[in-house]
Amino acid sequence: MPEMTNPDAGRDGPGDGVQIDLVSAARMDGLTSMEKVRLILDGVRDGKIVILEQGLSPDEESKLIEVTMSEINPDDFTGIEIETYPSSSARKGGLLGRLMGGSDDNKLTVIGPANQIETLHKDEDLISALVSRR
Amino acid sequence: MGVITEIRDSIFRATNRLFAGPEPKRIGIYGPPNAGKTTLANRIARDWTGDAVGPESHVPHETRRARRKENVEIERDGRTVTIDIVDTPGVTTKVDYEEFLDEMDEEDAIRRSREATEGVAEAMHWLREDVDGVIYVLDSTKDPISQVNTMLIGIIESRDLPVLIFANKTDLEEANVKRIADAYPQHEVVPLSALEGQNMDTVYDNVAEEFG
Ligand SMILES: Nc1nc2c(ncn2[C@@H]2O[C@H](COP(=O)(O)OP(=O)(O)OP(=O)(O)O)[C@@H](O)[C@H]2O)c(=O)[nH]1
Ligand SMILES: [Mg+2]
Repeated sequence: MPEMTNPDAGRDGPGDGVQIDLVSAARMDGLTSMEKVRLILDGVRDGKIVILEQGLSPDEESKLIEVTMSEINPDDFTGIEIETYPSSSARKGGLLGRLMGGSDDNKLTVIGPANQIETLHKDEDLISALVSRR
Repeated sequence: MGVITEIRDSIFRATNRLFAGPEPKRIGIYGPPNAGKTTLANRIARDWTGDAVGPESHVPHETRRARRKENVEIERDGRTVTIDIVDTPGVTTKVDYEEFLDEMDEEDAIRRSREATEGVAEAMHWLREDVDGVIYVLDSTKDPISQVNTMLIGIIESRDLPVLIFANKTDLEEANVKRIADAYPQHEVVPLSALEGQNMDTVYDNVAEEFG
């Protein structure tokens, strides 16, 4: 007989899958810095991987780190993994750098929960995340 | 304004500078955990003031509160440059208390992680509001292009703060200063060993030059 064996099921959304939110530049454009940070952290704290089409400004990145730090707690949140594409070095050359025009506004940003992302690896033109189920 | 007043004012300003000095620039020492920030801050403070800033440790997040050493007077070529140095907690995007459990019991590990997160939040806030220049310390044995380093240096650049990158731990065999210089060609990269005191003359030359 099928039983609920995973007490966390439901809390993380349907099944055991990993949800990815791809947030368009247009969606982010209308938000304040703190609203952007909130949108990211709400998603990540729900176990999602959030991908921003447009990335954050340096100031927003600094607020994201600050708010992330203030929300870390031993019970359920150990922080975030974050990678941006293209990286500053790839921005000058690399495939993604050319594709994305090379401007700072166009850095695809991937953010996920630190405790579920075992590795978030990037090189010139590939991002790869190994996500573990809880 | 009359000539006399003008002269008097400028003499007043000059003597003011001579005796009180301008407000010392506040130089934040930033970088990832365990890079050697406190070891560097202590060395600078000991070299020029005689006492230390705070404890160093091989366990990351030893520094969990920004610590300031005021009025550090660095003498270079007969000139004195006065700075406040602020040793900050290593910046990261994640802290898991379980990583400290090898070194301490659970209660201490949880406390350490809570203090670390508060300290990093505070250090980020300072970076936006309260520092006039940055010494960014990297461990030269590690890959310099981590996401945290890229973000932090981007934040520093966006604020137009003067910055020096210190390639620390050059006493270690695996140290690779060129990798750091290649990663951040837009900045001055100064190799040193804060622990052994290697290359400190060049360090102080650069500090006086950049922040004086
Ligand atoms: N070999 C070597 N070790 C160093 C050097 N500088 C620092 N260390 C060692 O690296 C470890 C970390 O040094 P700290 O100065 O505590 O590092 P920190 O950057 O302040 O670390 P947090 O406060 O945790 O962010 C200690 O074990 C130091 O002795 C160096 O130049 N060479
Ligand atoms: Mg320290």
